[in-house]
Amino acid sequence: MTFLTMLPLFLGGLLGLFVAAGASDTVLYAHGLLLFLFCVLGAFWVLKRGGDAGGPARVTDDGIEYNGAIVRAGVIATTFWGIVGFLVGLVIALQLAFPVLNFDLPWTNFGRLRPLHTSAVIFAFGGNALLMTSFHVVQRTCQTRIAGGFAPWFVFWGYQLVILMAATGYLFGVTQSKEYAEPEWYVDLWLTIVWVVYLLVFLGTLWKRKEPHIYVANWFYLAFIVTVAMLHIVNNLAVPISFGSTKSYVLFSGVQDALTQWWYAHNAVGFFLTAGFLGIMYYYVPKQANRPVYSYRLSIVHFWSLIFLYIWAGPHHLHYTALPDWAQTLGMTFSVMLWMPSWGGMINGLMTLSGAWDKLRTDPVLRLMAISIAFYGMSTFEGPLMSIKAVNALSHYTDWTIGHVHSGALGWVGMVSFGAIYFLAPRMWGRERLYSLRLVSVHFWLSTVGIVIYASAMWVSGIMQGLMWRAYDSLGFLEYSFAETVEAMHPFYVIRAIGGGLYVLGAFIMAWNVYQTTRGNLRDERPYETRPATQPAGAQA
Amino acid sequence: MSDQNPSEGRPVDDFTGIETTGHVWDGIRELDNPLPRWWQWIFWGTVVWSIGYWIVYPAWPLISSHTTGMFGYSSRAEVARDIADAQERQKVHLDKLKDASLEQIRTDAGLREFALAGGRSAFNVNCSQCHGSGAQGFIGYPNLNDDEWIWGGTLDAISHTITHGIRNADSDEAHQSDMPAFGRDELLDKAQIGDVADYVLMISGQSGDGAAAQRGKPLYEENCAACHGDAGEGNAELGAPALNNGIWLYGGDRQAIVDTITNSRAGVMPAWGKILDDVTVKKLAIYVHSLGGGK
Repeated sequence: MTFLTMLPLFLGGLLGLFVAAGASDTVLYAHGLLLFLFCVLGAFWVLKRGGDAGGPARVTDDGIEYNGAIVRAGVIATTFWGIVGFLVGLVIALQLAFPVLNFDLPWTNFGRLRPLHTSAVIFAFGGNALLMTSFHVVQRTCQTRIAGGFAPWFVFWGYQLVILMAATGYLFGVTQSKEYAEPEWYVDLWLTIVWVVYLLVFLGTLWKRKEPHIYVANWFYLAFIVTVAMLHIVNNLAVPISFGSTKSYVLFSGVQDALTQWWYAHNAVGFFLTAGFLGIMYYYVPKQANRPVYSYRLSIVHFWSLIFLYIWAGPHHLHYTALPDWAQTLGMTFSVMLWMPSWGGMINGLMTLSGAWDKLRTDPVLRLMAISIAFYGMSTFEGPLMSIKAVNALSHYTDWTIGHVHSGALGWVGMVSFGAIYFLAPRMWGRERLYSLRLVSVHFWLSTVGIVIYASAMWVSGIMQGLMWRAYDSLGFLEYSFAETVEAMHPFYVIRAIGGGLYVLGAFIMAWNVYQTTRGNLRDERPYETRPATQPAGAQA
Repeated sequence: MSDQNPSEGRPVDDFTGIETTGHVWDGIRELDNPLPRWWQWIFWGTVVWSIGYWIVYPAWPLISSHTTGMFGYSSRAEVARDIADAQERQKVHLDKLKDASLEQIRTDAGLREFALAGGRSAFNVNCSQCHGSGAQGFIGYPNLNDDEWIWGGTLDAISHTITHGIRNADSDEAHQSDMPAFGRDELLDKAQIGDVADYVLMISGQSGDGAAAQRGKPLYEENCAACHGDAGEGNAELGAPALNNGIWLYGGDRQAIVDTITNSRAGVMPAWGKILDDVTVKKLAIYVHSLGGGK
């Protein structure tokens, strides 16, 4: 077992040294050494544990030795990267309002920090939330320990390495300039290896499940893992100029490249940020509410319709471009048909609360989850709306898109992840309860108010921007210069930064709360009153 | 949806009275609720609407072409038609502008109004990046609202400057002028440059070191007056700015003047005649001339 674990670490370390030795640019050199360092540290860690690479086994009351350590690592990583990603987002929001904050330095420039923000929140925060919850959910709902001793740890740490290489690369200007797929060829290759192992670990755990059926959350996780693998590989097909260089050229060009890119990017939203996080919803909402899932039938129908329809929707990002009209039509119509399949998840999530609505008053964690589903419903209505060509003609390239993305990202992805973190923290560290439920409530209000401020500022600014761009005077000349539209957006940029600031503040409060919980501290506070009279008779069953 | 099982054996949720599917995962059960009716209606509604849209508009790829829809819609044709419409609406004015001289445009109220609107729009797109949205200028980029013109403020002079630009390699008729870098090329030493700067401060009506200014006067007359004039009144023929009016392109404090004398300045402007069509240049000339200081 030790040998099986040490061999890949040895090979990985060797590869890192080879890459560093053959590198002709500094960034690749540093990243080779980073891989080497990760493998050396990993080897020490494995040896220290005497070959028991799976981490300490904790026998739970079910009599199953779940791997809880990897879920704990996920909680820490998700919280950490969340704060990093939100903070960088706040910085670039302020840069847009006050350009002097670019500091005239290449590595603090908006152009480099923006992909740092998007990658940090989507892939570092969101990705770790998915690793954390999928590793937890698949173990619990299969009633078995996660498959492949060291393999889940390889996935976790390999993924952190992807994040580090991507982030440091951006700051030093290494990018292949594909939105949400900025990392260069060697990071893409490394992620492919990590992802395939992730798929194998997940499948292996499903394979040895003790339950006769596979729970719906796991369908969504599996769809997310498989589809992201396909999207990632196809969109990142590229030829490096040499194996010693970070630079590569993408295989596609022109409109083919654009379509591939948006097929990828839209399905990153669809499968990473929607399907994956629906997996989170399908486990943690019924657990937290202690109620059955509303409709099994709906979960099947909306799962398959979502999977089938989402993959077509990408071309709506390329309305009124060189993309042929027929492809634009398909992108738009499939996006509109996607409305109800998306809402199937919302219905199943919200209706699961029937019989537990009173808990929204007394359980701020459940309240976080409920509002995340509400934001999910709102953004999955707004998405199809914006994909309609006539609407898109106004909304495209404006801040409306930014508002839409953030109501989904902050509202849905962020809040449901916070809910999962609050669910996991006391359970995974074996604590009686969270350090403070009152602080969860503070977090809830800061985030909710922050998102509402953020999104409404961007709606107003985006629609205004779109209207200004298309404004003509009576003689047929453009009314506004681009600079005038930018000037008009300034107040909204300031308001947006305030909303984002509240959200960041909430995340810090969560980190504090989680930290105290892990230490086993309990805040001396007035508990939320429950009214037994309104409790459904069957809710405790 | 394993409906083959008779349902009586399945547990019922007490709160809702709905049967569950009988599966339990880590304590999670599932109710056997049907699909919401409204959900199905809207879903099939969007499907029917989509099929209708596919029939009307280009939609499905075929082996070497694609379905074209009922009316042969093409977004490319649509935008071409929109542009043609817009041009058609402006055609009367544009045709007149093409033939009219700048002076004719300026004196014809209708043409002038059209040229000003078009000039303002073209200015915002092409010129405001350097000269500012209100043409107020920045350091190194002249303010176009005043009556101080480095290369002349008549309609023809403005038109020439826009068409050919300043110190570029694109047009043979671009304005060229070279102020020597008196410090860098060691034509004057540091002390002399300071003295000249004090003299320039004096003729521009600012206070400076009087004794130094007196020392600077002969140096000014010897090195600067040929272009900038004896009294610093400037010379638009040579592109030599006036120094006596408190309007400065690169700043009028002592340090800025010393920098200018030491290193010289050589701002550039593109030859817009190579980029924009003649009518647009005319509109721009009329617009810039109208801003306040046209001669």
